[in-house]
Amino acid sequence: MANLNEKLETHECDVIVIGAGGAGLRAAIEAAERGQKVAVVCKSLLGKAHTVMAEGGIAAAMGNVDPADNWQTHFKDTVKGAKYMNHWRMAQLHAQEAPDRIRELERWGAVFDRTPDGKILQRPFGGHTYRRLCHVGDRTGLEIIRTLQDKVVHTPGVEVFMECTISHLLKDGDRVCGALGYWRENGSFVLFKAKAIVLATGGIGKSFKITSNSWEYTGDGHVLAYDAGAELIDMEFVQFHPTGMVWPPGVAGLLVTEAVRGEGGILTNSQGERFMSKYDPERMELSTRDIVAKSIYQEVKEGRGSPHGGVFLDISHRGAEYIKKKLPSMYHQFKELADVDITKGPMEVGPTVHYVMGGVKVDPETCQSNVPGLFAAGEVAGGMHGANRLGGNSLSDLLVFGRRAGLGASDYVKGLSNQPKVDDTDVEKAIQEMLAPLDRSEGETPYEVHRDLQRVMQTEVGIVRTEEDLKKALTDLKEIQARAEKVKADGLRQYNPGWHLAKDIKTMAKVSEAIARCALQREESRGGHTRLDFPEYSNHWSKHNSIIRKESDGSMTVSTAPLPEMPPELKKLFEEEKH
Amino acid sequence: MAEALLKVYRGDEKTGKLVDYKIPVEAGMVVLDAVHYIQGYYSPDLAVRWNCKAAKCGSCSAEVNGKPSLMCKTRLDDFDLSQPIEVRPIKTFPLIKDLVTDVSWNYEVNKTIAPFKPKTENTDEWKVYQEDVDRVQEFRKCIECFLCQDVCHVLRNHDKKDLVNKKDLFAGPRFMVRLAGLEMHPMDVANRIPYIKNEAGVGYCNITKCCTEVCPEEIHITDNAIIPLKERVVDEYYDPILKMWRAITGKS
Repeated sequence: MANLNEKLETHECDVIVIGAGGAGLRAAIEAAERGQKVAVVCKSLLGKAHTVMAEGGIAAAMGNVDPADNWQTHFKDTVKGAKYMNHWRMAQLHAQEAPDRIRELERWGAVFDRTPDGKILQRPFGGHTYRRLCHVGDRTGLEIIRTLQDKVVHTPGVEVFMECTISHLLKDGDRVCGALGYWRENGSFVLFKAKAIVLATGGIGKSFKITSNSWEYTGDGHVLAYDAGAELIDMEFVQFHPTGMVWPPGVAGLLVTEAVRGEGGILTNSQGERFMSKYDPERMELSTRDIVAKSIYQEVKEGRGSPHGGVFLDISHRGAEYIKKKLPSMYHQFKELADVDITKGPMEVGPTVHYVMGGVKVDPETCQSNVPGLFAAGEVAGGMHGANRLGGNSLSDLLVFGRRAGLGASDYVKGLSNQPKVDDTDVEKAIQEMLAPLDRSEGETPYEVHRDLQRVMQTEVGIVRTEEDLKKALTDLKEIQARAEKVKADGLRQYNPGWHLAKDIKTMAKVSEAIARCALQREESRGGHTRLDFPEYSNHWSKHNSIIRKESDGSMTVSTAPLPEMPPELKKLFEEEKH
Repeated sequence: MAEALLKVYRGDEKTGKLVDYKIPVEAGMVVLDAVHYIQGYYSPDLAVRWNCKAAKCGSCSAEVNGKPSLMCKTRLDDFDLSQPIEVRPIKTFPLIKDLVTDVSWNYEVNKTIAPFKPKTENTDEWKVYQEDVDRVQEFRKCIECFLCQDVCHVLRNHDKKDLVNKKDLFAGPRFMVRLAGLEMHPMDVANRIPYIKNEAGVGYCNITKCCTEVCPEEIHITDNAIIPLKERVVDEYYDPILKMWRAITGKS
């Protein structure tokens, strides 16, 4: 245990923000502007977080292109897209506050595409009644993250710790009191003492084989929260984005933005049939993601797929100049990686794991979890998107709830009467756990275990599920968890991805178990959760969220909680429509 | 199945060397796939930075057969596979390990640039026309891969990176692009011209256009960002008529 004698680098702050995507950066700005000393801790370099990959746009009822749009319609679209499973209050706050967050971005230097009369341009997207997505070609996420990055750099009170991974949250009694991490560069440990923590760690896609997500999406925040005693909700709802690349193999899963369909892209099967007319004749290609993904799955399963197991998506009728202006990165992506010129012919696309709707259960107003001082915003938080997220609602979610989490954390810190204290033995235990894979003389590499985990999740907890598969997945996951405890990390602590993965694989296996347990419990099909053995909506399940909790003996249990009921004035919005 | 021989730089600045790896080649495979294959099957501790694997984040910069490239969009089948493919870290910044370099200098430079300053703080939406932001949007495509910084001889060979004394510093093509994006923003009112001349060292660029050639976003760095900034500096500092006017009136 000689390593424990090293001097531990320690930082003290008011709020730790874990993750530097849209939600984390927005939370940091808010908390710092309210006088808190903030540490932003992120696994990658600043500006490389997953937000950078968002393409199509950010949804907000600005009404710039369709003046009839308003927050009520955005709210309704969101709730319907979510198959009525979201927390109504989150959907309401999101729809009400998104336009302000966009105007704020503009004042911070963001440069959106414009309408002919000089306003922010908005494009159509799946499930949105009106043209609602503010965008910059197909690189909206880059614009947002760069704007926030430059804002954070010039916000006094924020310090950014890049390429630093948080491995453990620390508690003093019920409350959070800090976090332990390691520098990726040299493998040395670093302790952050804090009064509040905002999780903004994104999603879980790396548990699956075919995913649009980067290496960072290992479910860190979900599992840090779970281990700290926070409840997770609705983990069965995993969004398969309908259009990922399917060929060549190295890029399988890479995202093809929904903006292709927003700009008029047409989906056809091998028989040249525009098949969405069978599944959603009204909205066609602009149906919600869950429906389009399942339709593609069905077409391929019934033998009408493209040569590489997808379907065709064609935008070439819009003309080369328009495509290069509005979808430049898609044009380059296909040209350079697949030898396909999308201005001349169709792309081959198929479903890819993209987003997790489930996450840390939070209070809508403050984003606080059931653990005092622990907040969550963005993809790691649950409740906002219910059973299926609409495209464009994620970027707006990041800003609306990033800001609210920063505000909530700030208020929480101001209300504390005494400073929580870090217990040294917790820190020592965490460090020992981290070093164990390096000390082992034999064992599998974490990459082997990761490959098997991805296979299990892809085939047994994938786009369609059955009781039999899910039970098998839980058995397989137990075995993978046991293997993950015994992996060996070769090499030293300096920038060692194998060692990093040794911790990540445990996290992924745990979050995968949460997904499988919720999926087994929910005996119905809804949004991003499809059961072949229960293909319909169920009345019972329409009123219940799934809850994952860590019990005192360390085991994971799944239960339910009643879905919060919408107040009458919001319910009325849906009734008015029927008449 | 076809095979490729990769020679990958392993180790630190002092002891590092090229190590051979044989990789089975699948259709459409890129260099980053090959590097991941090495991690997954031969050397789990091979250090590499990457995120999106879709040329959107600019993390996986390296020098492939001597050319500064994003590994995620450099295809193996573009090479003659009977010859080895050499993968080295970018040279202009200090090596940490294997393919990972310390690019923190760039983040420090960014902090010295005056942020966006809007001419109005009003909260209404602004009226800004597409033709007024077209130029700026080109600059904002930058994904901060720092390949332009890597290839720029002012930084690579002459090491004009002294941030401590801010003497003889060249901020590099990336930050000329950033500065151009701010200076040409129709709503921005900050004046960065003295900074561009004195601290960012725009005069060091002698327009060899190497940066433009390696930019994965195809930003016309030299023509559209650096040269216009040079012109603005000239207008401000070296215009003979303006100089005379200032001498006479004492006004700036």
